[in-house]
Amino acid sequence: MINLPVFPIVIPALAAIIMMFLPKNVRLQRFMALGSIFVTMLVSLLLVHTVSNEGILTLNLGNWPAPFSITLVSDMLSALLVTTSTILTFFIVWFAIHYFSTAYEENYLYIAMLFLLVGVNGAFTTGDIFNLFVFFEVFLISSYVLIVLGGKGVQLRESIKYLLVNVIASALFVMAVALLYGAVGTLSLADLAQKIPLVDNPNVISVIGVMFIIVFGLKGALVPLHYWLPGSYVVAPTPILALFGALLTKVGVYSILRTYTLLFDVNGTFLQTFLIVLAVLTIIIGMVGAIAYNDVKLIIIYNIMIAVGVILYGIAINTQTSLEGALYYLIHDMMIKAVLFMLVGMMIGITRSGQLRDMGGLITRFPLFGWTFFIAALSLAGIPPLSGFFGKLLIVQGGVGEGDLFGPILVLISSLFVLFSVIKIFLYGFWGEERRVYDGPLVPYTKRLLVPVCLLLTVAVAYGFGAELMHPYITQAIEPLTQPELYIDAVLKE
Amino acid sequence: MNTKRKSKRVNDVILQTAAVIIFFIIIIFSINLFFSGHYSPGGGFVGGLMTAAALVLLLLAFDSKTLATVLPFDYRKMTAFGLFIAILTALHSVLWDRPFLTHAYDKFDLPLLGEETLHTAIAFDLGVYLVVIGVTMTIIQTIGESE
Repeated sequence: MINLPVFPIVIPALAAIIMMFLPKNVRLQRFMALGSIFVTMLVSLLLVHTVSNEGILTLNLGNWPAPFSITLVSDMLSALLVTTSTILTFFIVWFAIHYFSTAYEENYLYIAMLFLLVGVNGAFTTGDIFNLFVFFEVFLISSYVLIVLGGKGVQLRESIKYLLVNVIASALFVMAVALLYGAVGTLSLADLAQKIPLVDNPNVISVIGVMFIIVFGLKGALVPLHYWLPGSYVVAPTPILALFGALLTKVGVYSILRTYTLLFDVNGTFLQTFLIVLAVLTIIIGMVGAIAYNDVKLIIIYNIMIAVGVILYGIAINTQTSLEGALYYLIHDMMIKAVLFMLVGMMIGITRSGQLRDMGGLITRFPLFGWTFFIAALSLAGIPPLSGFFGKLLIVQGGVGEGDLFGPILVLISSLFVLFSVIKIFLYGFWGEERRVYDGPLVPYTKRLLVPVCLLLTVAVAYGFGAELMHPYITQAIEPLTQPELYIDAVLKE
Repeated sequence: MNTKRKSKRVNDVILQTAAVIIFFIIIIFSINLFFSGHYSPGGGFVGGLMTAAALVLLLLAFDSKTLATVLPFDYRKMTAFGLFIAILTALHSVLWDRPFLTHAYDKFDLPLLGEETLHTAIAFDLGVYLVVIGVTMTIIQTIGESE
């Protein structure tokens, strides 16, 4: 099965295309969406297994030889991320089935969600920087559909901003790719990694490197490019928000991880300092936002920024330990953010308000819901042995190992702020007295909605408890990043 | 405002007469472009765009109702169908355990045409052609309807 890397991209695409013939048949849509993502999940697990046995898998599309063809590269990093995003999309779609009304579902909802997964999986798998752009467009166009679906006034206002920001980012992306092609003459990542050190003028490469940071930073919401994120995410309905918060920013982070380890030799250069400064600023602004707001959605949205900052710090330090930490934390954060967004969305659906002052006492009526939130909150903050802990530990170790103290201390302080912000939601939202009788539209569905959330949380918790078991996979994922020759040899097969 | 627009449409005899003739010329040229693809400039994308342009010309000369009665297509289904053809063409190579998107071609003796090369890329291009028409017309119809 040489085609294994392409299946996590093709299966959801094929299902979405078939679903386009019958957009009004909601039962079929639900069944096919869940079914196809489930199959994708099995295939991606098989992919992880195969990669761990056989090493990096590559597939030259159209059977053209390597640097000239479009290559798909499934190393452990991409296989793990594909698996994670497929698993959480599965649970989010399950959640969405109970959450949305039929009118919503009839309007190509699941089709857009599947195409979003196609784009994300593609971006994780592609071994060619132009196709990274193409897959970015695939998931961006799906995200435009998802963010505008529903057509409320605020949604339209924010989607215009979202659209503009992303169109500009995409234009910059193409420009950066064109510059890179002009300077080096190839766009295959492996070939680029080989040829970039041979370029006469290293400053050109630095400029291109900064352009890529801007592009990926816009997607990943790095300070000062984060301004669009809170506004446009907060208007999206919960399952969509969970999907965006868990996947989209993380694709930006992944792209930085991939390009900065493979293409640009950052250690000790201007680019490394630049990345560290951005990471630190992102953590700080994220912390300020997370404690400043009383809107539950916004609190979690600012927590995205803290996480992005922490991961980026791990990437910028660029040692084996810190990169392992960054990947650990990336996978943890994708799952736990999805869980938290779904839980917070349920709180809003039950109380009809997003403000903490209108909530309270939810735990007396919905005990399971309350404790699920509690575990998710602890896990987000990285209380051992829950899943956030090991990633942060490794990032801090990596930072200290490189002689940096400010960064690691900031990462640790940020954990306190994260804990404070989510425990605040728990105390004001779940603890205390009920303010009134909650009669939100989601009240009759809480039990059903909790099933996918709890299952995803179980996966996340198991990921924390099984950190030791995961370790060989994580190490294997980081190897091609610290030793790019492995990646280059696998693709070009000298 | 409304009556003014209506009267303007009725008087468009020249545009309407010309459009009907030009429509067929554009369609034939777009089919020619479609088939000339692969080795020379052309292909599904340009061909589809030109066909869509011909349809838009009809829309301009007449109105969306006329177009819907003359060519009763559901353009969203057409997009789906095009995507379906394209992805199946890409997937056929998976069955023979060759890389995704690998095309097959061979020379055939065809009646009337003589020896010609048949290439699965044409099926893929047909998919692209339908997608381009479908998407363009869906966009134009959605924008047009809201007025």
